[in-house]
Amino acid sequence: MISVANHSLGIVLGLCFIVPFVFVILTSLMPASQVGSNRLWPHPFAWSNYTGIFKLFDVWLYTWNTVKYAVMSTIGVVVSSVPVAYALSRMRWRGRQVAFVLVLSTLMLPAQVTIVPLYVIFVRLGWIGSLTPLIVPSFFGDAFSIFLLRQFFMTIPEELSDAARVDGAGEWQIMTRVVVPLAKSGIAAVALFQFLFAWNDFFNPLVYAGSNTRSLTFAVAITQLMQSEATHSAVPWNTLMAAAVLFTIPVIIIFFLAQRVFIEGVTLTGVKG
Amino acid sequence: MSPWIIGFVAFILYPMVASLYFSFTHYDLFSNPQWVGLANYKFMFTSDPFFWQAMRNTVWIIVVSVPISVAFAIGSAVVLVRIRRGAGTYRTAFFLPTMVPVVAATLGFVFLLNPSGPVNRILGFLHLPQPLWFNDPTWSKPGLVLLAMWTVGSTMIIFLAALLDVPRQLYEAADIEGAGPWQKFRHITLPMISPVIFFSVLIGVIYGFQYFTEGFIASGGDPNTLGDPQGSLLFYPIWLYEQGFQAFHMGYASAMAWMLFLIILACTIVLIRSSNRWVFYQGGFR
Repeated sequence: MISVANHSLGIVLGLCFIVPFVFVILTSLMPASQVGSNRLWPHPFAWSNYTGIFKLFDVWLYTWNTVKYAVMSTIGVVVSSVPVAYALSRMRWRGRQVAFVLVLSTLMLPAQVTIVPLYVIFVRLGWIGSLTPLIVPSFFGDAFSIFLLRQFFMTIPEELSDAARVDGAGEWQIMTRVVVPLAKSGIAAVALFQFLFAWNDFFNPLVYAGSNTRSLTFAVAITQLMQSEATHSAVPWNTLMAAAVLFTIPVIIIFFLAQRVFIEGVTLTGVKG
Repeated sequence: MSPWIIGFVAFILYPMVASLYFSFTHYDLFSNPQWVGLANYKFMFTSDPFFWQAMRNTVWIIVVSVPISVAFAIGSAVVLVRIRRGAGTYRTAFFLPTMVPVVAATLGFVFLLNPSGPVNRILGFLHLPQPLWFNDPTWSKPGLVLLAMWTVGSTMIIFLAALLDVPRQLYEAADIEGAGPWQKFRHITLPMISPVIFFSVLIGVIYGFQYFTEGFIASGGDPNTLGDPQGSLLFYPIWLYEQGFQAFHMGYASAMAWMLFLIILACTIVLIRSSNRWVFYQGGFR
């Protein structure tokens, strides 16, 4: 009895989560005239909405910017966070605890505190209006990734490291030949989280693009599309939804490909990516 | 280690100190910073027409959406934990909204909740009142609360794990004593998952104080109309952005940022202290 009620509740909840998706996708395929009406099923199917996005703004440029930011910053974070996490978890040195607390405390710092001086630095360096301010800092480590990797590294038995040390391996070799291969899923989780963070990031690209609209990422560009269209005429919801769907599809694909990695990563630190 | 030390100093420590310094200056990027002492802070509390409104908006969204989201996440997890068949499908369905980029999700909700949009048409069909959502100052923030509820998936997964961790013997013992489902929930489940509740609330509050993107887009994404309608969506970080990157009052923006940091710190400390009273740890050292 309880399980029937439970199941139906589950279905209702599941519908609540799915229905907005369905509406958005249906709207993205509707011709403009049908958007405000009561007909739910697109008639006719306006596939041209998706090609219409290309006319409204430079899809290739913004997608390329987003991909550049996402890929480069992912590489940066992985390359820089692995050694730091390794040092914090599998090496003994004075001040290790303090360093770890420092890393953690930076997680609590709101982005707003550092953004103003960073912006000033980047203005002086002439980097505003490009993607460089988004990419370069990622090569210096990221607290969330360091934390996650540290937890992962700590699950690897010390005996393996000791065996390698007995064989005369240096710390760098142990890290690359022993620990990293064993922590592949943790590193994959870190890479995925960073990629998604960069893909979804709105605030940083918004600030660092300055007045150069050619260096916007897709996320910011869609928003400006909505704003500019609204001032000229009614907001073209169908095209806008098509853009939103297009923006979301790569993420969903990656999610399905990497489902298990995500759940492991989330439960290990308990933080949303 | 050394790249990270350089990075930490360059990208975190220096900006922190610099922004503290800027907060005591008038700085507009073109001329050099002029030291003005506490003038920025004084202006913040006494003469800034939007400071208190921004603060109120941010506090509102935290006080309303954090408890609702956490409760909704727990409720969904409780429903999900009992489902055996097709549990994976349900989990995917509940988690999928979290995967959608914030920008796309907010745009989707702006469409769904627009005055002649699907949600209002359904409400009209059910003869319920149809609020103007993001065009109405009273309903704009509740609209954002709905968006927050839609994306509880990741929190829900964490609660799912926590629920599965509660020892079955406790429930069995309660059954023997004749406890009803609500009593079991209140006296066994809730205390046993209270560490996770604490974590979710704390994270929710910390992120809530930095709430930017959703508010920005829901008010039309237009730099000239941020916080519309009528400033109901003018959250603290959005007002900060306006001051720092549109009006270029860098000194004032830095002061606002430090105020934000102090408030977050204070709330965190209060929450941690209070947790001694209501969080029950099964094991481990606090």
